[in-house]
Amino acid sequence: MTLKNNTEALRSGDRIALAKTISQIEDQTEEGRQVLSALFPYTGQAHMIGITGSPGTGKSTLTARLAREFRNPSVDIQPQRVGILAVDPTSPFSGGAVLGDRVRMRDLAGDEGVYIRSMASRGALGGLSAATDSVAALLDAVGYDVILIETVGAGQDDVEIVRLAHTTIVVAAPDQGDDIQAIKAGILEIADILVLNKADLPGVDRAERALCSALELAGTHRTFNDGSGHHREQAIELHDSRPGWRPPLIKTIALSGEGTVELHQSIAAHRQYLVDGKLWDAKNAARLTSMLEKQLREHLYQNWQNRVDQKAYKRALKSVLSYRVSPYQAAIDLLKQPE
Amino acid sequence: MPEDKIRVLMSKPGLDGHDRGAKVITRALRDAGMEVIYTGLRYTPEMIVEAAVQEDVDVIGLSILSGAHMSLVPRVLQLLKEARLDKIIVFVGGIIPDEDIPELKKSGVSAVYGPGTSTQTVVKDVRELVGSPSA
Ligand SMILES: Nc1nc2c(ncn2[C@@H]2O[C@H](COP(=O)(O)OP(=O)(O)OP(=O)(O)O)[C@@H](O)[C@H]2O)c(=O)[nH]1
Ligand SMILES: [Mg+2]
Repeated sequence: MTLKNNTEALRSGDRIALAKTISQIEDQTEEGRQVLSALFPYTGQAHMIGITGSPGTGKSTLTARLAREFRNPSVDIQPQRVGILAVDPTSPFSGGAVLGDRVRMRDLAGDEGVYIRSMASRGALGGLSAATDSVAALLDAVGYDVILIETVGAGQDDVEIVRLAHTTIVVAAPDQGDDIQAIKAGILEIADILVLNKADLPGVDRAERALCSALELAGTHRTFNDGSGHHREQAIELHDSRPGWRPPLIKTIALSGEGTVELHQSIAAHRQYLVDGKLWDAKNAARLTSMLEKQLREHLYQNWQNRVDQKAYKRALKSVLSYRVSPYQAAIDLLKQPE
Repeated sequence: MPEDKIRVLMSKPGLDGHDRGAKVITRALRDAGMEVIYTGLRYTPEMIVEAAVQEDVDVIGLSILSGAHMSLVPRVLQLLKEARLDKIIVFVGGIIPDEDIPELKKSGVSAVYGPGTSTQTVVKDVRELVGSPSA
C-alpha cells in the first residue's frame, strides 16, 4: 500500500490498516515513521490518561470501566472514542511476553468506538515500551478522543507515563498490604488522581487513612523541605508544576462499577484545570520537546556510527579495555575524529 | 533496534471453564520468544476476530474442551475470511475426536492438538507455519 493510500485508510477509520501500522511503529520500521510524519499535523487533540499502580490492583478492570463511562457518559456530553494501550512486561530471558490485560476488557467487545491494543515493553524500562508514545500519537491522529494507557505496573518504576499522559491515575488496593507503604514513598508524587480500588474488601478504611495522610504529606512537602531527602525534592518539583491541584482520593469497586462516575468527573476536572492554567499546552510542549530530543540523540548516534573510522573505533576500545584511556576520554577523542 | 515478533492470540471460545491447557500453551509460546495475547474465557468467534484484527496477530490458538468445536472453529475461519484476514494461521487444541480433524483442516485449520501434545511440538509448528504462511 502506498503511503498516501495508507494514511487515507487510517484517517477513514480502517482498523486493519491501523493495526498493521501500529505493528510497523512497534517494529520501528521506516514505513511506520513515514506514516507518523504524514499524520503528525492531526495529533495534539486527544486526552492522554495514564493508569498505573502495583500488579493486581485492578488497573485493567478499572480501565474497561472508564472506557465504558467515556463511551456512555452518565452526564450530558458527547460519547468519546476511546483507544486503550495496555503494556505488559517482556521477559528478559526469552524476549516473549504474555499480554493478559484483555481478559478484563471483554465487555468492550463489539464497540466500534473502542480500540484495544496490548503492547509488550520490549526491554524498555519505566513502565511503557519505546513505541508507546508514538502509537498513542497515531491513535490521536486517527480520531480517538481519549487514550487510556495502562502501564506495566511494576510499582515505583513506572514514571515514564508522567511524560506521556496529561492525567496520571495511580491505582492502589487494600489487599496490597505493605505496598501501601511503598506508595507513600514513591509513586504517589506522580498521581494527579489517586484511586483506592477494591473498596469492597476488608481493610479499606485503614488503607484509605494511610493514603490520605500520605496525600496530606505530599501536599505540605514544601513547608518542611530541608533539602535532605531525594524523594522529597522530587515531590516538590512535581508539586510546584501543578499549583492549585490537590490530587483527590477516589474509592472504586471496578468489579461492580461503583465509583466510576466520580472518577470520570475527576478526570474531566483535571482536564479543565490543565486547560484553564495553560498547563495542557505546556504538557504537550514538554512531550514534543522530549520526542524531538530523543530523535536527535538517535540520529546523531546513527550518523556518527555510519561515518566513524572502524579501525579508530577498535583502537579506542582496545585502549579502554586495557585501562590506558578512560571511556570518558575515548569518547571525546572519537568524536573529534576528522570526517 | 527493529524486531519482528510473532504475535499469537490465545483464546477460549465456548462455555467450558477450563483454561489450564490454554495457559500452558500461552507460557510455552512466551518462552519461545513470542508475544501472546491471552483473552481468557468465553470469547465468541466475533470477539476473537475483533481482537485478532486489533492486535495484528500472525496466529490464533483456540482451546476448546466443550465439544462445540465443529460450530465454533469454522465460524472463526469464516469471519476471518470475511475480514480478509485468512492469512492468519489458526490452530486448535483440546479434546477433538479424530474423525473431526479432516473437516476442521478443510475449513482452514492448520493444526489440531490433542491433550497429550508436547508444547515443543506446538512451538515448532507455529514457527514453521509463520515462516511459510502459505503452507
Ligand atoms: N474484590 C475486588 N476485586 C477486584 C476489583 N477490581 C479488580 N478486581 C480483581 O483483581 C484482580 C486483578 O485485576 P486486574 O484488573 O487484572 O488488575 P491489574 O492491575 O490490571 O493487574 P496487572 O495488569 O496484572 O498488574 C482480578 O481478579 C479482578 O477481578 C474490585 O473492585 N474488587
Ligand atoms: Mg492489567
